[in-house]
Amino acid sequence: MSTQPDLLYTEEEEALRAAVRDLLADHCDAAGLIARTESDAPHDVAAWKALTEGMGLAGLLIPEELDGQGATHREAAVVLEELGRWAAPVPFLTSAVVATEALLECGADDLLSQLATGTVVGALCVSLHTAPGASFPTARVEDGVLRGELTGIADAAFADLLLVPGDDGGLYALSAGSATIVPQTSLDLTRPVARVVLDGAAGARRLGDAAPAVHRALRAGAGLLASEQLGLADWALTETVRYLKERKQFNRPVGGFQALKHRLAELWLEVVGLRAAARNAADALTTGDDTDVAVAVAQACAGPVAVRAAEEALQLHGGIGMTWEHPAHLHLKRAKADSIAYGTAGAHREALAELVDLRAP
Amino acid sequence: MTDAEELRSRTREFLAAHPPATTDRLDFLRARFDAGLAWVHFPEGLGGLGASRTLQAVVDAELQAAGAPDNDPRRIGIGLGMAAPTVLRYGTEEQKRRYLRPLWTGEEVWCQLFSEPGAGSDLAALGTRAVREGDTWVVNGQKVWTSSAHVARWAILIARTDPDVPKHRGITYFICDMTDPGVEVRPLRQITGEAEFNEVFLTDVRIPDDRRLGEIGDGWRVAQTTLMNERVSIGGMRIPREGGMIGPISATWRERPELRTHDAHQRLLKLWVEAEVVRLTGERLRQQLAVGQPGPEGSGMKLAFARLNQEISGLEVELLGEEGLLYDDWTMRRPELVDFTGREAGYRYLRSKGNSIEGGTSEVLLNIVAERVLGLPAEPRTDKDVAWKDLAR
Repeated sequence: MSTQPDLLYTEEEEALRAAVRDLLADHCDAAGLIARTESDAPHDVAAWKALTEGMGLAGLLIPEELDGQGATHREAAVVLEELGRWAAPVPFLTSAVVATEALLECGADDLLSQLATGTVVGALCVSLHTAPGASFPTARVEDGVLRGELTGIADAAFADLLLVPGDDGGLYALSAGSATIVPQTSLDLTRPVARVVLDGAAGARRLGDAAPAVHRALRAGAGLLASEQLGLADWALTETVRYLKERKQFNRPVGGFQALKHRLAELWLEVVGLRAAARNAADALTTGDDTDVAVAVAQACAGPVAVRAAEEALQLHGGIGMTWEHPAHLHLKRAKADSIAYGTAGAHREALAELVDLRAP
Repeated sequence: MTDAEELRSRTREFLAAHPPATTDRLDFLRARFDAGLAWVHFPEGLGGLGASRTLQAVVDAELQAAGAPDNDPRRIGIGLGMAAPTVLRYGTEEQKRRYLRPLWTGEEVWCQLFSEPGAGSDLAALGTRAVREGDTWVVNGQKVWTSSAHVARWAILIARTDPDVPKHRGITYFICDMTDPGVEVRPLRQITGEAEFNEVFLTDVRIPDDRRLGEIGDGWRVAQTTLMNERVSIGGMRIPREGGMIGPISATWRERPELRTHDAHQRLLKLWVEAEVVRLTGERLRQQLAVGQPGPEGSGMKLAFARLNQEISGLEVELLGEEGLLYDDWTMRRPELVDFTGREAGYRYLRSKGNSIEGGTSEVLLNIVAERVLGLPAEPRTDKDVAWKDLAR
């Protein structure tokens, strides 16, 4: 830790937040979100278009000379906070962060230019539950064609470009059209996973070594996922507080009962902690200072906090929270899936045991 | 008005005129106060220069580099953190000139006479009476949890001056002379074996009216300044990674592999993460204060620290196994300084139990967060319009 991390939001970051929030307010109403999850197209194409073509957000992490914005992980984190608030079904994390980081590591400039516009959506074909540094299944590389089946690939059904790790240690790019993508019935309705079946897919291009590209991609994914989880937890807290001020039982607002006030105050405290940890991870990814520890701390904290926030929201909304029509379940499902995504809190604690020298017996 | 560069050269000039190596410590501190370099955000003539609070770091760095003596702030924390801002805000010019200089130099130690056996969380229900006799107030009552009372020259005191109005309205704020013959200080022994605090019995203590701070009956409002500054000073500290309670247990874990178990490992890692998250929360709060945007996070920091300290020290005692059966020393002492991490694990475990009680219980702080930060409805009140003398007790 050479310098102190900047844990605040800059004015530009706040302006970006406001713009994204306005845009999502126009696109992501609860009823529309829920209806979309039951359609054949769970992703919100219109919202994605507005975020990418309208605001250029797909290229945030891509240098300007490759048609990107040349922004930092700090800005991407702010975008994710807002997306998390809505559990928005757009592939920002999977394409504009994870796939983008893998391509940056490989120096695949032409593909980065395509991703920057948002018209091409990328997906790294490593199961969503994989922690940075963990092993992952690969496709067989036989005479230049890819074979095999990779499961748990987030947002694959919406992707145009697949990045596939091969059993020869390479990372391959191929168009989604040359693979069969089978949606898996997913716990998280707004970030569904899919099976990618490669049956001798030809036209795959070797971009570079898979290990460093996947590691970099998953580390950035894990670190910035904490900001999505922060946004989600903040939504759960805010909505629950709002509801408990309105809802009356026993001739009083339910939010006046001390048992509930204390629960919400405890939750607030956890969200405040997550904000500091998520900001720290975003800043560390930006500066490259102390990044492994900052990401592991953020992920060891974020999963449990977001899940608890979503669970508390459900419980404290009472019966309405248990219904399909109320959006609380979308957030609970996202929070629970997020707690597995890019490594569980436990996996990140194990990583910390090595990083900060608190080794197992 | 005063910028960092000007302040730096001012401090260097001061150091040249008062070389720390050859200047008596107290002379140095008095001169520093008179030069306005004590607390630069205080007004000129009262130890400051009317500068921004954040510029104090510039002065401190210069003085530290020159090996200058300090005023041992931990010994006089109540004076600096609580009495001084209250005297500054509500004191008369005469009071400010009389009290602030020896307070800052540490020549006069201060203590706080607020809590009572019958007024803990409900501090405004306090029953210590102050009755006016001409230009003097005669005070009778009992205070408790008073650190430094046995070494203090002065106390900030709140007492009931009107029992016939609702409790918040009948309180007045005084400066109490701890050498008055009616002040009796008795050590209050705690579960750690030592007496860090005192009970203070006040019997016909006579306080001249010119030692009153603020208006008669306005003491509750004056006390808010005192209590608010207590919280600000908590948020201002910068802690390194593994600072605080997580430090000793992490060191023990590394140095003594024979103590490690899988269960303790899981719990330690969880607590290590929590400690780091709380540290970052504090750092974020500090950064917000530095740019003049204090966040509501401060209200939560004490809650988080209390829980963390208790859980970490509890695990530490357990981790030590057979050694956890022992305690370093039950001897009754009256320490002048409180160091939560200075003694062994058993002490840390017992002392940290107080963290969720002192300076506002965790239960009250949760109410404060729920009401002031989240805007949830206040607790139903049955005491608001009742005269203090008619309250249930």
